[in-house]
Amino acid sequence: MSADMSAETSAENAPGNGPGTSPEPESVVDAAAAAAVAPTSAVAAEARDDLAQVEPVVGAPKPDAILVADDVVRRFGGMTAVDVTHLEVQRGAITALIGPNGAGKTTFFNLLTGFDTPQSGTWSFEGRSLHGKSGARVAQQGMVRTFQLTKALSRLTVLQNMLLAAPKNPGERFWLSWLPFTWKAHEKAATDKAMELLARFKLDDKAGDFAGSLSGGQRKLLEMARALMTDPTMIMLDEPMAGVNPALVQSLLGHVQALRDEGMTVLFVEHDMHAVRHISDWVVVMAEGRIVAEGPPRAVMQDQAVVDAYLGAHHDTDLGDDSLLDPEILARLEAEEEKR
Amino acid sequence: MDEFLRILTQSLAEIIAPTTAAFAIAAIGLNLHFGYTGLLNMGQAGFMLLGAYGFGIATIAGFPFYLALLVALAAGLLFALILGIPTLQLRGDYLAIVTISAAEIIRWIGRSTWLQEWTGGASGLQGRNYKGTFQDLSPLPDGRTVIGPLEYINTGSDSWWTRIFAWGLVALALLFVWLITRSPWGRVLKGIREDEDAVRALGKNVYSYKLQSLMLGGMLGALGGVVYVLPLTIAPDAMGRTMTFFTWTVLLLGGAATVFGPVLGAMVFFGAYMLMRTGMRALAENTGVGDIITTTNVEQIGGMLVGITLMLLVIFRPQGILGNKKELAFDVR
Ligand SMILES: Nc1ncnc2c1ncn2[C@@H]1O[C@H](COP(=O)(O)OP(=O)(O)O)[C@@H](O)[C@H]1O
Ligand SMILES: [Mg+2]
Repeated sequence: MSADMSAETSAENAPGNGPGTSPEPESVVDAAAAAAVAPTSAVAAEARDDLAQVEPVVGAPKPDAILVADDVVRRFGGMTAVDVTHLEVQRGAITALIGPNGAGKTTFFNLLTGFDTPQSGTWSFEGRSLHGKSGARVAQQGMVRTFQLTKALSRLTVLQNMLLAAPKNPGERFWLSWLPFTWKAHEKAATDKAMELLARFKLDDKAGDFAGSLSGGQRKLLEMARALMTDPTMIMLDEPMAGVNPALVQSLLGHVQALRDEGMTVLFVEHDMHAVRHISDWVVVMAEGRIVAEGPPRAVMQDQAVVDAYLGAHHDTDLGDDSLLDPEILARLEAEEEKR
Repeated sequence: MDEFLRILTQSLAEIIAPTTAAFAIAAIGLNLHFGYTGLLNMGQAGFMLLGAYGFGIATIAGFPFYLALLVALAAGLLFALILGIPTLQLRGDYLAIVTISAAEIIRWIGRSTWLQEWTGGASGLQGRNYKGTFQDLSPLPDGRTVIGPLEYINTGSDSWWTRIFAWGLVALALLFVWLITRSPWGRVLKGIREDEDAVRALGKNVYSYKLQSLMLGGMLGALGGVVYVLPLTIAPDAMGRTMTFFTWTVLLLGGAATVFGPVLGAMVFFGAYMLMRTGMRALAENTGVGDIITTTNVEQIGGMLVGITLMLLVIFRPQGILGNKKELAFDVR
């Protein structure tokens, strides 16, 4: 994990426009997306090639699935929040999970990561069943998540937030806690790693500040950096860009791609369609608890079922269409929706 | 003037009294619960009473001093396990409800007649039955010692030896808590205090840490209970809700999540409490105030003022004397 993975550097080195990007980057998001189109690592390139072979149908099997979920159902009272028949997530790729508010994305995340228990269903990570495993156990196995409502540990400093996430610290055992010589070396190494990660997220000059003093966007970044401290195999981000200012979004997208290029698997929930279109290798769409479509970003966003789920029926708009950024057009769509 | 000096001396004596040390130790334990881990233990007096019973009953059964002390610690540990195992998986408020009722149950069992043979029922255990082994340990020569305005016998119930031992234990408890909380282990506790789901998401077994915190703080509570009864008797009704309430006041006054807060809090609280009561009594006896505050009302008014102090503290200075104001400036949900 070196500093040259940061978005800026890769932006400078970007070899023009790869396949599937708009020719002229217009927004910050587009610029960032254009920055790292082609995966640089072998794992990521292979994942992308693999995905190119996959048929874009719901429940499609993936050549190298790291996460597999079957018949996962979660009901709250009479309401079915999640009902996923079959989903596979490709290793080494960025998969976006999209869907309107209330579609069940967060609930599905909670179920997969052991923070909630479904009424039925099985799911496995790297071939091992995670059914009935606690949130802590799931994280220990290498699947680490962040939260939609950011959970910065306010009265700990930014650096302490990071150090807390370091795995296998001997000083976290009570019996060794009062003997600093047993954990000083580990702590030192963790501090170096933490500072490197913080620098990557431009939080290094905040290391000594209380996390509670950070802005909402900075907390999102801290939470992501903190998750990375655990050396995850797969990272699950619940709306990582929400509330982050546009200038930071650009580098954040770069970071997410850098993670993939290092071989990490990323599953993220996001509402910003441009971010989704540009950085994800695969898109899964949820609506009313079910998966209604999946496939490569461009194809999915033109899918009628997806457009219906987002914008209501009878629209031929493509979700990746830049005109959707225009407030006037959005207002018109909303008005139409209300009239129906 | 003499009257004034007498009042000051009494307050000074209260500051270094063994019972003040007992509350300091119990508050150090409560600090581990609440200040560091965010656990709402509303029954620290239950831990103290169990510790006192454990020590007293073991001593009366013929155990040597240090073994009896271990019995007291084991009682605190066991109580923490019984309360913690079922409740620490639930939301925080449940622990508060369970601890407050469990402490009351211990007190009611203690004062009932079923176990009277061991606990002495409502009248409790007389000091002379369990203080022997402790006083035999005293290295001090016979006689009395005067230090400044304070004079006590060297060895006995209300003695220098009791004070040395009690404050020695306070120092040990402080050292212990300081050592363990400045470590990565302590950092996990603080993380749990801030947001346990976040800590869980980082792969830490939150339940196990909360249980460890409850056990350690509970054992300190039990130790405080032993110190509390060394100069007194073991009377269940003296170790009830008021005791828990005082322990909380001590902790919040000194500053939760600070190392010295509980000790400073205990000294300031009991010093001021004594000053207030003796002062009011003197005023009632010697001035016209006596018409409003009669000497018989002093205790009640004192208790009331403690309650008001606790409320004002929580509202206007939640960080206590030693706490960091900046730290509390963030809205912690
Ligand atoms: N703890 C809960 N109790 C009851 N209903 C819930 C709970 N959590 C989520 N829901 C409901 O489940 C549905 C899916 O919510 P959520 O997973 O948060 O959606 P998304 O993240 O896709 O916006 C919503 O209708 C929400 O109201
Ligand atoms: Mg959500």
